[in-house]
Amino acid sequence: MKKILKANISRRKLMKGIASVGSIVAMPGFVSYSQAASSSPIKIGFQVHRTGIGAAYGRWYDRTTQAAVKIINDSGGINGRPLEIIAEDDGTDPKRGAEALEKFANQHDCDVAFGTLFSHVVIGSAPRAGELKLPYFVVSEGHHVASGMLNRYTLQPGITDVKSQVQAMAPFVKDNLGKKVTMVYPDFAFGHDHRDYFSAAFESQGGQIIAKVPIPPTESSFSKYFPKIPRDTEVLYHVMVGPAVLTFVKELGEFYGSKGPKLFGFIDSVEAVDLSTPGLEFLDGSYFWEGNPRYAQANQTDHDKFYRNAVGVDSNGASVSDPKDVSTYAHMFGCWETLHIIKKGMEKSGYSGIKDRAKLIEAVESMTSMPLSQAHPQGAKIFNGKTHQTFGHQYITKMTNGKLVLAHTTSIEDTFYPDEVDYTKQSF
Amino acid sequence: MRKDLILHLSALSVLLLLELLGIFSEYHQGNFARILVLAAYGVGYNILFGYTGLLSLGHALFFSAGLYASGLSIYHLDYEIGQSIILAIGISAFISSLIGFLALRTIGVSFMIVTLMFSQIAYLCILYFGSITRGDEGFVIQQSSRIFFSLDLSNPTIRYYSALLIFSLCIFINLWIAKSSFGRVLVAIRENSDRALMLGYNVQSYKLLSIIISGTISGFAGACYGILFGYVGASFATVSYSIFPLLWVLIGGAGTVLGPLVGAIFMFYLIDYASDITDAYMIIVGVSLLIVTLFARRGLLGELRYRFFKWIP
Repeated sequence: MKKILKANISRRKLMKGIASVGSIVAMPGFVSYSQAASSSPIKIGFQVHRTGIGAAYGRWYDRTTQAAVKIINDSGGINGRPLEIIAEDDGTDPKRGAEALEKFANQHDCDVAFGTLFSHVVIGSAPRAGELKLPYFVVSEGHHVASGMLNRYTLQPGITDVKSQVQAMAPFVKDNLGKKVTMVYPDFAFGHDHRDYFSAAFESQGGQIIAKVPIPPTESSFSKYFPKIPRDTEVLYHVMVGPAVLTFVKELGEFYGSKGPKLFGFIDSVEAVDLSTPGLEFLDGSYFWEGNPRYAQANQTDHDKFYRNAVGVDSNGASVSDPKDVSTYAHMFGCWETLHIIKKGMEKSGYSGIKDRAKLIEAVESMTSMPLSQAHPQGAKIFNGKTHQTFGHQYITKMTNGKLVLAHTTSIEDTFYPDEVDYTKQSF
Repeated sequence: MRKDLILHLSALSVLLLLELLGIFSEYHQGNFARILVLAAYGVGYNILFGYTGLLSLGHALFFSAGLYASGLSIYHLDYEIGQSIILAIGISAFISSLIGFLALRTIGVSFMIVTLMFSQIAYLCILYFGSITRGDEGFVIQQSSRIFFSLDLSNPTIRYYSALLIFSLCIFINLWIAKSSFGRVLVAIRENSDRALMLGYNVQSYKLLSIIISGTISGFAGACYGILFGYVGASFATVSYSIFPLLWVLIGGAGTVLGPLVGAIFMFYLIDYASDITDAYMIIVGVSLLIVTLFARRGLLGELRYRFFKWIP
């Protein structure tokens, strides 16, 4: 070594070199780069339905996510580190969803994965999340998390599940609309959850399900199913998802006109659909479940006002830049709230990097009460760390003069059901 | 040693060395495990389409038959991995015999439509019997059920070697068929069915056998996919999963043993890299496929065979 130094570098040259390196390190740009290592972004892999059956939801999930990230970053990020979203289209397909998680974990070194609505994508992706030991925060509504089907790395803290939603609707329907209900629902798992959980809750209330009309998922015309609805139906409970929802409600209107049974629907049947669309006038007077009321209500909270403004949604639930671009307001708040929960969990656990993933999960599991706030604009919630599922208020709105007006808000307790799993007993 | 055997052994050796020498990052290791199992499905498809000349639009039926046979037997009946794969092979063989027997009453476009319809029936049955199959949501095969002779198949390295073994098995079956007199008759049927008939071959029997082999390999790949990746769902029975193997085979080279692998790698990484560039990645994918179709009409490997290496099977 000495020989090499002697041979090639004189002492003067060496001193010059050290001085040069010192001056470069002292330059402002270099200092900020040095600091950047400790304030490198927290990477959140965002599994988004950009294509496929869930594209309408994906578009708004994306906008809500970007808005939440901006708010969090503007207020100092998480533990002093900014959030960075790495978005990947899951094609609303389970295989592609699992591939997206692999990319987040192994290609981008994401700290956590987040997002996505459709249940089959979540169920197809969750095993990989468990294998990759990647915390996977889903905004899916499905009962799959709380049912115990998934694993300790999969959590749903920002949106309630379908089982709690439908059982909370049963008392209102029986007391206000009628005791004889016919259910129209898509003939796949999401519809079956409605069929099974609502039936059980409604019958336990003393109501009666007089007919169940499943509609095959490949169906694009619905008129032939409506004659199956019995004449003595007092309430028609409807829920539909996918690109054919507008056709479904329009044909329902053509079938009944202004007559027919009282209507109670899940907003999914008209989510992202402009309610002023000709042919939907018959919905006036009907009731809807909404996860979060699309129209700004008379008792709108400051938190909803702030959230609506941040995402760019007007008081009618449409984009501020295009009144025809109607949001998926009943669901997308879940992205906003989930990101705030991730922030809180990381701060609580002192999260500093991938090695702290288990600590993050434990921190979220230990959460219980989530009060109404800017972080939870949809309403207060109670998180069950054992089942990895949150519980919250549900809203029933009535279509009045073309707008959905709040008619009833359930209590959080209305949505409770016995635990079906304890994920905290599973090892990491 | 035969040139074709050297080529295929070399290809498999490269895939083995990539893992043994640790050249793969964890990400690409996972991708290739998936690609190899899907390419095995493509190999099954290629036997019917590439060698026999029968274009099926219903192969998702065979893939999902294997997927569900193994998955449901593990999920509901606590079958061991080995038992579930044997069951999946048996059921895939039975279903492909049945579908082959019925669909071969038609030819050409009608054959495509009939296979598509059978596949749609299978898809709707999966949804209809949702209480058993968990419908469109599907179900998870838990990690504890994915142990084979004390090997944890959810371990990335074991999964990769398993996928490579599955693919190797399928391509050697394909290679053996391609070089056998049976395979030559299939090619004769593809080139001129009437002439093969005139020469005294029982064309219908050969076609039926081709469907059974093709469907069974596809079912085997489906069973392995569910076991290795832990998820069984109805989306694998949709028409998209009948189109995918067709694309892999067309891009890689119909009637070439390694074509489905080349096609599957190309498609996978095309989508992967394009989605890094833009949200509208399907435009890049579409344009790329157009270019490949225009300038390599026989597929990538097929074009190489046509221009330079006529001995490639």
